[in-house]
Amino acid sequence: MFSKIATPVIAIIIFLGLWELLVWVNGWPNFKMASPSDLPPAFWKYRDLFFEMGWQTLWRTVVGLFIAVIVGTAIGMVIGFSRIARDALYPLLIGFNAIPKATLVPVISLLFIGQHDFNTVLMAFMISFFPIAVSVGIGLSTLEPEYRDILRALGASRYTIFVKIALPKTLPEFFGALKVSATLAFIGTNLVEIVSPHGRGLGALFKSGETNGDYPLMFAVLIALAFLGIVLYYAVIFLERIFAGWADREAT
Amino acid sequence: MPEGTFAAVVGPSGCGKSTLTRLVAGLMTPDAGEVWLHGERVKGPRKTVGMAFQNPVLLEWRTILDNVILPLEIVAPRMPRADRIKRAMELLEMVGLIGFEDKRPSELSGGMRQRASLCRSLVHKPDVLIMDEPFGALDAFTREDLWQTMRDLRQAEPFTAVLITHDLRESVFLGDQVIVLSGRPARTQFVLDVDLPEDRTLDVLFTPKAADMLHVLRDQIKIAQGREVETH
Repeated sequence: MFSKIATPVIAIIIFLGLWELLVWVNGWPNFKMASPSDLPPAFWKYRDLFFEMGWQTLWRTVVGLFIAVIVGTAIGMVIGFSRIARDALYPLLIGFNAIPKATLVPVISLLFIGQHDFNTVLMAFMISFFPIAVSVGIGLSTLEPEYRDILRALGASRYTIFVKIALPKTLPEFFGALKVSATLAFIGTNLVEIVSPHGRGLGALFKSGETNGDYPLMFAVLIALAFLGIVLYYAVIFLERIFAGWADREAT
Repeated sequence: MPEGTFAAVVGPSGCGKSTLTRLVAGLMTPDAGEVWLHGERVKGPRKTVGMAFQNPVLLEWRTILDNVILPLEIVAPRMPRADRIKRAMELLEMVGLIGFEDKRPSELSGGMRQRASLCRSLVHKPDVLIMDEPFGALDAFTREDLWQTMRDLRQAEPFTAVLITHDLRESVFLGDQVIVLSGRPARTQFVLDVDLPEDRTLDVLFTPKAADMLHVLRDQIKIAQGREVETH
């Protein structure tokens, strides 16, 4: 238990040490590259803003991710169960996923002018639903026929088979995708926060740091984002333990 | 095929043995003709069949006990859980899995998983048990153990059984009848009545009578494969 916490903490300390060393050896000034020792003062100076903006970013990301889970699972079910839907939707989904989402920011901000919360949540959703849809779809379409047959031979309905077999069997893949999506959703949220004028959230704080040439602030925002990403990731792992802990086998 | 008997079906690979199981179970509808079972036409899945496959297909997220209970959740949704557990434990005891009911399938050996799978296929007291090479993936000793388990289960609770197999010794040991199917399309080529005592032991396979039967079946398989029978 101790080493489970100590190992990552030591790794982070070594990383920060190397970063500090890099800045020190090169003699970079603050307006070129911030070093870890600049960060605590930056956090302290803007502590109120960090809490306010961090909360903004976090709730929008979580809401966007939540919608991505619902819509992604629904799309995954459709492409998992229907051959025709799979053939029809896959090219569209892949094409949509290949579009850099930054190019969509002007489109949605023009469509929904001033709806900053809505736009941000929408972007977080758009960037993160794809892995969930694909993994649920693959999980369902690769279900071995025997698994279905043991219940189908007893006259079970499609719904019962889905709830008792297909859904739990897909959970490990679903959580694998959710870990990817959770970090992607942050990228979506920040994209809108940074690009939108008069935005809110950590992205906007980063932008204002850039405008004022406050490098320690900008790096402090990046660290705060990384921290939130780690928190959300472990929240997903926590849920995974509860709902799909059976898939986790002791390494031998 | 008379009710309560055990039919073993053998035949060359690809002759449609697995298709036969799916037809009997009502999972497929025939292209032509009809399937009749116990005086009733099979039109779709029925609650009174049990199925077992080569792969035990246990649900990894359920314990062994909950895997065995699964069919009861479909067939008898209102049965109290205590009764379900009692029924499942009865079967687990018969196959020697007491003490493993709270384990997950991944913690059990292949033979034990297949035993649990057999329990699951019998838990709702089906009148027909359909088995598609259930012992095919097991090693020879485990397989012989399971033959005896199968025999004991049948003596405790009679049911009609259809067993698809590649193993002629298995067909003779377990079957009351051995049906040889010929290649595509499958036809019943030969039926052998197994004239051995009900409570047979493995030793019976070494008697001359059993050897003769195995020999006859061997020749029939060769014919089914379209090869010349060797002259003796």
